[in-house]
Amino acid sequence: MTEGDYMSSTFDTVAGFISEICDIPQERIKPDSHVTEDLEVDSLDFLDAVFNIEQKFGISIPLDDWTQQVNDGAVKGSRYFVLENFCAEVDKLRASAESVAAS
Amino acid sequence: MMSGPLSESPAADMRIDKFQFVSLIETLDIPATKISVRARIPDDHSIFEGHFPGHPLMPGVLLTELMAQTCGFLLLSLNGFARMPFLAALKEVKLREFVRPGSELVCSAERAHDGSGYAVLNASVRLRESQKRICDGTLMFRIVPFPNNELRQHMGDRAHEVGLCISGDGVHLLEKAAT
Repeated sequence: MTEGDYMSSTFDTVAGFISEICDIPQERIKPDSHVTEDLEVDSLDFLDAVFNIEQKFGISIPLDDWTQQVNDGAVKGSRYFVLENFCAEVDKLRASAESVAAS
Repeated sequence: MMSGPLSESPAADMRIDKFQFVSLIETLDIPATKISVRARIPDDHSIFEGHFPGHPLMPGVLLTELMAQTCGFLLLSLNGFARMPFLAALKEVKLREFVRPGSELVCSAERAHDGSGYAVLNASVRLRESQKRICDGTLMFRIVPFPNNELRQHMGDRAHEVGLCISGDGVHLLEKAAT
């Protein structure tokens, strides 16, 4: 499976978890939504969503590292926390996890 | 897995006023990410005047705190007391039985998920003698740098009180450190 193949299912899964955990109607959750600025997801709910996503896909999301990069000003928050970018990172992690499993 | 040196000795009472619920760490298995601790509820304490008059019971929120502190010692041991776990969420906590003053308990915990800056653990409490299950739950912790040296020092002191030794090659039960 290529990264492009993942995107739709990843987004649907991520949006589903955010909708369920944060009680946000799924139609409000768009690929260009910023997790905190647009959807107003608080950090604990986001952590809960990350936990579910990690469990679902068998990956480890380096949330500490991403947050540190943002806090240090090395990247903008949108780099990781706009959903289409977040899902692209999740797809990379999924592809990496699959290649490790296959080797 | 390591077992503590005082496993057959009576556990000291938990110190409710100081919010110290773990009496003694009984086993610590770093590779398996598991821990078990002993905790004894005092025979008498002012909380039982209100909870409840004529029917003293250990409050469920304090049994939950025992699970949280047990999980906390495991997470601290896993990271070498380098970062502090703070309770963030309780999931599926069930309080199954009444617990009376004077009860001796064993609380066990296991890390179920190791996230980046957080962890999820399963914990349970049993009566030590009968092994009857009292309560269990899944708890989520944020794991962050210590906010100050005072707390870091306090946690190191508490670790020693409950039977842990923090050394350059990791965290051990005191018996292990002495051999």
